[in-house]
Amino acid sequence: MMEQTDSGKFIVSVSPHINSGRTTRGIMLDVIIALLPALIAGCVIFGLRALLVVCVCVASCLVGETLFNLATKRPQTAGDLSAVVTGLILGMNLPASVGIYPAIVGSLFAIVVVKCLFGGLGKNFANPAATARVFMLIAFTETMSSTAAIRIAADAVASPTPLAVLEGAEGKLPSIVDMLLGLRGGAIGETCAVALLLGFLYLLIRRVITLHTPVVYVGVVFLLSWALDGSVTQALYQVLSGGLLIGAIFMATDYVTTPTTNLGKCIFALGCGLLTVLIRRLGAYPEGVSFSILLMNLFTGFIDKASAKKPLGEVKA
Amino acid sequence: MAKSFLKALTGVHVPHRKNTALMEAVRMPAPAEVVIPTVMHIGAPAKPVVKPGQKVKVGELIAESGGFISAPVHASVSGTVKKIEDIVLSNGRMAPAVFIESDGEMAPFEGIAPPKVDTLADLADAVRQSGIVGLGGAGFPTSVKLAIKDIEQAEYFVINGAECEPYITSDTRTMLDYTDYVVRGARRIADYLKPKAVYIGIENNKPKSILALRERFKDDRRVIVKALPPMYPQGGEKVLIYNTTGRIVPEGKLPLDVGVVIMNVTTLANIEMYIETGMPLVEKLVTVDGSAVAEPKNVLVPIGTKVGDVFEFCGGFKEEPGKLLYGGPMMGTAVPDLDAPILKNTNAILAFNRHDSELQKETPCIRCGNCVNHCPMRLNPPAIAKAFNFKDGEKLYKYRVNLCMECGACSFVCPAHQPIVQRHKLAKLMLREWQNSVKEEKE
Repeated sequence: MMEQTDSGKFIVSVSPHINSGRTTRGIMLDVIIALLPALIAGCVIFGLRALLVVCVCVASCLVGETLFNLATKRPQTAGDLSAVVTGLILGMNLPASVGIYPAIVGSLFAIVVVKCLFGGLGKNFANPAATARVFMLIAFTETMSSTAAIRIAADAVASPTPLAVLEGAEGKLPSIVDMLLGLRGGAIGETCAVALLLGFLYLLIRRVITLHTPVVYVGVVFLLSWALDGSVTQALYQVLSGGLLIGAIFMATDYVTTPTTNLGKCIFALGCGLLTVLIRRLGAYPEGVSFSILLMNLFTGFIDKASAKKPLGEVKA
Repeated sequence: MAKSFLKALTGVHVPHRKNTALMEAVRMPAPAEVVIPTVMHIGAPAKPVVKPGQKVKVGELIAESGGFISAPVHASVSGTVKKIEDIVLSNGRMAPAVFIESDGEMAPFEGIAPPKVDTLADLADAVRQSGIVGLGGAGFPTSVKLAIKDIEQAEYFVINGAECEPYITSDTRTMLDYTDYVVRGARRIADYLKPKAVYIGIENNKPKSILALRERFKDDRRVIVKALPPMYPQGGEKVLIYNTTGRIVPEGKLPLDVGVVIMNVTTLANIEMYIETGMPLVEKLVTVDGSAVAEPKNVLVPIGTKVGDVFEFCGGFKEEPGKLLYGGPMMGTAVPDLDAPILKNTNAILAFNRHDSELQKETPCIRCGNCVNHCPMRLNPPAIAKAFNFKDGEKLYKYRVNLCMECGACSFVCPAHQPIVQRHKLAKLMLREWQNSVKEEKE
């Protein structure tokens, strides 16, 4: 819209003339750093195949965005690292045993269909990784519900996810300590609670995200599960299993697809929490995090309107 | 309402860079020529009353006030009027300016005499003669603020010493080097206004100023020197009123409508100086700083001195400057060239090297909400941007873009480097056009 003009010798531009130094690329880099502990944990738990899956997703996202920009004659945007974040989050939401082709198709769906077709970074209304995961659950049900063996467990066998066990599947529920460390069936990046919390702490310290969304989201799931089951242990399992932590920390806090005000974030997180518990208990799928985030994305515009601040000194006409 | 229940206003933590805070004001020698614009205030231009070739002395009237909301202009050096010619001001408008060639004497005008001030009306009159305008930066004629019909209205007198802009220390130095004038001025105006309380708001990154004023006012129970957290824009008029008195100035209203008279501390010191000496506003304390300046200083500069001469007095440039500013980096205006004059409301001139002047590349908004969560006026810049792009006047009104004080907190925190302040300036023009067109339709 507006650019500097060189009038003679000196630059003339509108104030302010300094900024905080923060950039979109810097924020994305912070998110990538915050995801690394969980990624490393995933590779340790599920083996190098996990790393391959995540790398394939990241590469597909980057290639998809680059090709789309080439085809539509848009400036290249891979440098803002947002495609890397999408690839990482999607990859970490897949089981290590997922097929490589489905992973590629899912990544392209996330970047091209959910992000680029809506206008690129900042314009998409739905979280690309969450949407792609839901898409893959429906399109590639078999490979998506396969479970990878836990490499570092004594009996390296594939076990069903704790959520499936909680819903009545055959199998043994891991101990709470194993749940915290991530020694359980599940997607690559979702199992190790300790690593995810480390990333959460990093994002808080770097002020990339605020406490509101993750605390309210996880809090609602915990309290509601506790109220319905009457057992703290059961509620704790609900919090530590499935993709709740990675979803609450990394997906429900996505700037683009969630409300901007703190009140809005709390309302959004409340909705996510209620839907997650509802889907887990009543839905056909054992897991509801991606679904609930995606559903709440649709309400973001309304929540933004409802939670808008009143301008200081506003006088109604 | 108890103060503790008030919701704090948000803002941003800007770097302080008050490098010149410990540097006492030094007076620069008379420049060879001054260029004094007839518009250095909000309101009607002053009307020149001198002719080319005429000899003038320091403090002599060279342009008289052009209306109620206007201010007279005085010669800042002694010498000869060379010409009266239109110049381009930093806001892009043209206005006549008086060019005076200095004789180097700085001889004061013989007619200088302290005004007789016994009542508030006398004071407002005296201030009108003095040419003093809001020296914090706004340039609103101060006499208009003091033209109070009903004295009961003025419940609080707030003195703005917040100085929240990075780099600038001229208010700090005024409080330290001219403490007497600040103290006597505050007492004088408080005597006339008879407010419930006098607040002096100072950011707590200026402990010396706070201590100096607290010491002087320790026996005056009317005056409260309030140390405020350094949260930009603490010195914004509405922000400071809220943070000292707890009152909110409604849109379209003036501080007096909520019982507040507010004045910048340098304005106050200059009023008192005028009342005691009779010398009108002809000299300004200016902070000279920035990455390209060789020797940053606080300089007493005759109004109309070219910024190039002031930089020269400060050792010139140590690096090639890329951008020059009137005022601080958050709200200051870019100066197009070195011949631009020091104005009445110039409290700093800054010069940045090429590296610091480079504009950041604008990238798409990622809806991070930083602008929304840091706006002290609780506005919604993304919503305003959308309304602006759709040229939707009704929405611009709904989102109250006219309440934006252009403090720049939003642009400062924006990771996408969106020109939010610039957009709001343009959106305000768009809103005014829309409101006019609606009015026409009704008629």
